[in-house]
Amino acid sequence: MKRTVFPNRWLPYALVAPQLAVTIAFFFWPAFDSLRLSLYRASPFGDRLIFIGLGNFERLLSDPAYFRSAATSLLFSALVTVMGLAVALLLAALANAKIRGLAIYRTLLLWPYGIAPAIAGVIWLFVFHPSFGVLPYLLSFVTSYQFNWFLKGWVALVLIVVAAIWKQFGYNLAFYLAGLQAIPASVLEAASVDGAGPIRRFFAITFPLLSPVTFFLFTLNMTFSFFETFGLVHAVTQGGPGDATSILVFRAWKDGFDGLQLGYSAAQSVILMLLVIALTAAQFRFAEKKVTY
Amino acid sequence: MAASTRVATAGVATAELAGRVPATRRRDLSGAIAHAILIASVLVLAFPLYYAFVISTQTLDEVTSLPPKLVPSTNMLQNYADAWARAKMGRLLLNSAIVALAVAVGKIAISLLSAFAIVYFNFRGKQLVFWMIFITLMLPVPVRIVSTYQVISVLGWVDTYWGLTVPLMASATGTFLFRQYYQTIPDSLAEAAQLDGAGPLRFLWSFLLPLSKANIAALFVILFVYGWNDYLWPLIVTNSPEMRTAVIGIDSLIPRTSQLPEWNVAMAAAMMVLLPPVVVIVVMQRWFVKGLIETEK
Repeated sequence: MKRTVFPNRWLPYALVAPQLAVTIAFFFWPAFDSLRLSLYRASPFGDRLIFIGLGNFERLLSDPAYFRSAATSLLFSALVTVMGLAVALLLAALANAKIRGLAIYRTLLLWPYGIAPAIAGVIWLFVFHPSFGVLPYLLSFVTSYQFNWFLKGWVALVLIVVAAIWKQFGYNLAFYLAGLQAIPASVLEAASVDGAGPIRRFFAITFPLLSPVTFFLFTLNMTFSFFETFGLVHAVTQGGPGDATSILVFRAWKDGFDGLQLGYSAAQSVILMLLVIALTAAQFRFAEKKVTY
Repeated sequence: MAASTRVATAGVATAELAGRVPATRRRDLSGAIAHAILIASVLVLAFPLYYAFVISTQTLDEVTSLPPKLVPSTNMLQNYADAWARAKMGRLLLNSAIVALAVAVGKIAISLLSAFAIVYFNFRGKQLVFWMIFITLMLPVPVRIVSTYQVISVLGWVDTYWGLTVPLMASATGTFLFRQYYQTIPDSLAEAAQLDGAGPLRFLWSFLLPLSKANIAALFVILFVYGWNDYLWPLIVTNSPEMRTAVIGIDSLIPRTSQLPEWNVAMAAAMMVLLPPVVVIVVMQRWFVKGLIETEK
């Protein structure tokens, strides 16, 4: 804490007022209102709310579609995060050498981060387009299987996973490269002298030393794939075909704004909120252990 | 020193004994591999964008022909003009620019002030304020979709720039970033300013603000990109086509199954929407990287 402080009674309150006003109006009030709303359902004519206690939660937890949606979310996030990071780490480790022009490579890797998930989705939608896309065209030489994501749920899921990874991949790679360059060569040389092969060196030294970078990228990719991919799903698949790509955030939006089931959507918000709180708590506990520096 | 040299020499010796490639040639080889991997990565990443650009220059016949043509064609101006007119791109891009700039500037201003209050003043309820700001980390828009919309409609802000921007202006990240930075500034600076008779606002304006330039730039890049690309909030809070932002507004141009497959026009629109945030990242790259790291701390 600072020793020097300005003696002033009212000024600090004036300084925090804008932040607190926005926080209370658009964070706390809606959060509490979600809690309240989750205990109600709208009357048939939508003109008033009927208190139903935990009815919405009972309905959610007995709805197989909701569990499918949770499983889809988990699978999607895991694929985007784990695959995205694993491939980036592998390539970064292979490309870890003193080379010229690293700054240029960094520029050429970082730009896709600026593309909105929805726009990334539209571009990949065309790459995957069953009639005109270049990918199904090339695959048609190899197999007669129809990679039509309009009809096949798993192809639709692959489509949004690829679009999401594409957007994130460059900076995953850039951050791993930077992390690797920071590991002193002498450490690895010493292990090499001790007879450790490249794979052993990677798992015994490089990977643990990179754990802060991995932790940082893991959190970023997880948050991204769970919450910021709404636009990707909305613009490209609309949760379909069927509900093959209906991730939790998309379902909460659809039930609330498409189906106008406000209480049901609010109950989903409450569950999402618990999830974020758990994830944040886990993140802080993990960060406290300092990973390995 | 001598010992480590001996060990290193022994290392090279054993490597040579084992018939491995000498160190210098190995370094050349690993450099070549590194360049090859990085160039391949860059090309793979660039391909979809190149493909989208190529499509945006073709005629409808070329777009729908097989095998797909992967070279630019002659219809570029026509497609971009069509996209501009049909989606009313001018208005959409203007809306996106207003939203991105307002969110970035508003959030930076709000968090600068609250961080200043938290670091440079002692006041009752400081802990409470700090925790209230901290908790917003756990309440992103998707977890309070319906209720936040209801607040906006009570305020009469549906379909307005207020509704599009103000709710996105508060969050913990900016405040924490500036708080952390202020704490590294030596106390002597504030003491000197006080001795010179500068009041707190003078100190903020003439000392802290110029010192915070790099942090402001870093936060600006992150927030601009976030504001430009945000999808869920503008989708909820706007109804009329005039108030849509660009990422949502081009939805009408994406050909669905039953429509004429005018992907050339759709891709022209996509190119126009993706360009501003990508340019900001490339031009302000140094601050972008700083911002990515700092906001996650």
